[in-house]
Amino acid sequence: MNNEPVLELQQLSHVYVSEKGASLAVENINFSVSRGEFISLVGPSGCGKTTVLSLLAGLFPPTKGQVLLNGERVSGPSPKVGYMLQQDYLFPWRTIRENAAVGLAISGRKTALTLKAVDELLEVVGLPGAGDRYPHELSGGMRQRVALARTLATEPEVLLLDEPFSALDLHIKLQLEDLVQQTLKRLSKTAVLVTHDLAEAAAMSDRVIVLGRNPGHIRCEVIVPGELRLAPPMTARKLPGFQELFEQLWSELDEEDEEGGEGHG
Amino acid sequence: MDDLREKPSIQDKQDFASVSGVQEDRRDWMFELHARFKERQRRITAAVVGSQIILLLLFAGLWEAAGRNKWIDPLLFSYPSKMLDQLWKTMADGSIWPHIGITVSETIAGFVLGTLLGTLIAAALWWFPFLSRVFDPYLVVLNSMPKVALGPIFIVGLGPGFISIVAVTLSVTVIITTLNIYNQFREIDSGYIRVVRLFGASRWQLFRLVILPGSFPVIISTLKVNVGLAWIGVIVGEFLVANIGLGYLIIYGFQVFNFTLVLSSLIVIAVVATIMYQLVTMLERRLTAGWRER
Repeated sequence: MNNEPVLELQQLSHVYVSEKGASLAVENINFSVSRGEFISLVGPSGCGKTTVLSLLAGLFPPTKGQVLLNGERVSGPSPKVGYMLQQDYLFPWRTIRENAAVGLAISGRKTALTLKAVDELLEVVGLPGAGDRYPHELSGGMRQRVALARTLATEPEVLLLDEPFSALDLHIKLQLEDLVQQTLKRLSKTAVLVTHDLAEAAAMSDRVIVLGRNPGHIRCEVIVPGELRLAPPMTARKLPGFQELFEQLWSELDEEDEEGGEGHG
Repeated sequence: MDDLREKPSIQDKQDFASVSGVQEDRRDWMFELHARFKERQRRITAAVVGSQIILLLLFAGLWEAAGRNKWIDPLLFSYPSKMLDQLWKTMADGSIWPHIGITVSETIAGFVLGTLLGTLIAAALWWFPFLSRVFDPYLVVLNSMPKVALGPIFIVGLGPGFISIVAVTLSVTVIITTLNIYNQFREIDSGYIRVVRLFGASRWQLFRLVILPGSFPVIISTLKVNVGLAWIGVIVGEFLVANIGLGYLIIYGFQVFNFTLVLSSLIVIAVVATIMYQLVTMLERRLTAGWRER
């Protein structure tokens, strides 16, 4: 891993404006992500995790500050950034192959060659030969695998993962954590994971950023020790340093809870 | 576990007589259970069909008896054998077919055009949210108004005949189609929209890849509703103006006090409308075959 930052967030603040009024979702967020790094954003609900991820994806412009991708300002969704949602949102009317290729179709890159690459990707995520089936024939875990293939098919440099495992059974969740982390490491992709599962953050990441709320801000950064980083998530959970890291994150969130409670009633 | 190879294939699922996951000695017992279940289902189905036929025969027989014995005025209410006789004669001399042909083509033109037009307007409303806000109160008023009342205006404007009858039909179908399909466009799960927007989709791509296919089942079911509405529009239109068609036969029958003609035309309408509805239902099944089990 070199230290050239792929993503930079500079003094990022965002205000949601609606009929009811304006609310400050996140304030003054600064951090950068190096090439090939896997970072996690954790925090209580309402701390603006998903807002930060949407800003990174360019879904809407930040009210203040900017996001840089490879030194260039992000002004809208880009094929260099892939996004994986909490639910798979596979289109029920498209076959698995067509679902995985939907990003290619949108960017006008769907050819016989890229479709072959999609089939190979389906194999990588553990669904060989499933291309001609329809989503309703697949289980929840398999569908989320297709969603991973769909995200990878457009060959993004950066992957944004928005609680992609939270709707799955524990067993499937652990398998997919391994699959995602190993696949991304092998393809040396940069990733930002949003999760409320501290164990997941600790097991998968190189670095964990703990957010506080009212408004969303960075509370602290926790660097994951080297041995945990190198191990796949399932193994990492069994290493001796894991429990310590988990408790460190836990106490940070606990303190945030207490402070938040005092400060805002 | 989620392994593809362990999932039963579609073929297995469709094989109703299959029992699985059991040791050999239990197979006979399970087949027996399955056979008993099927036998019971078959008996219920037979009883239902039998009751339906008996009900029909009873009704027709009672009507026939009442008409022949003058319990009811046969001039007003006719009776089945007279109607069948009438139908048979007009079918044999060929005079009924042009009437059926013109009414069926008016109906088909009505529900197909109505569905297409309604979908197009819904698409325009979706594309320009400003437009939809402007038109919203007008659509609500138009929808609650009995639009067949506009019939005379169409006849004056478009002249008597095919075109104004189709116009009456459109007036019945278009607004409700627009409202139904536009609502469906807006009810598409925002997650799907997010997926394509994150890939940088244009508005047209969003419409083509998500909004339209996602609304397809609703469009098809609207087509089915429109079959029924189109019949109303066509018959009312023919009442008003036509000199050919099943609606014309009914109104003509009334005028010359030939109620046998009125009622036999109604029977033809019932039969043709049912056939048309079944055809559209078959079309629906074919078009949404791959992904019906969501």
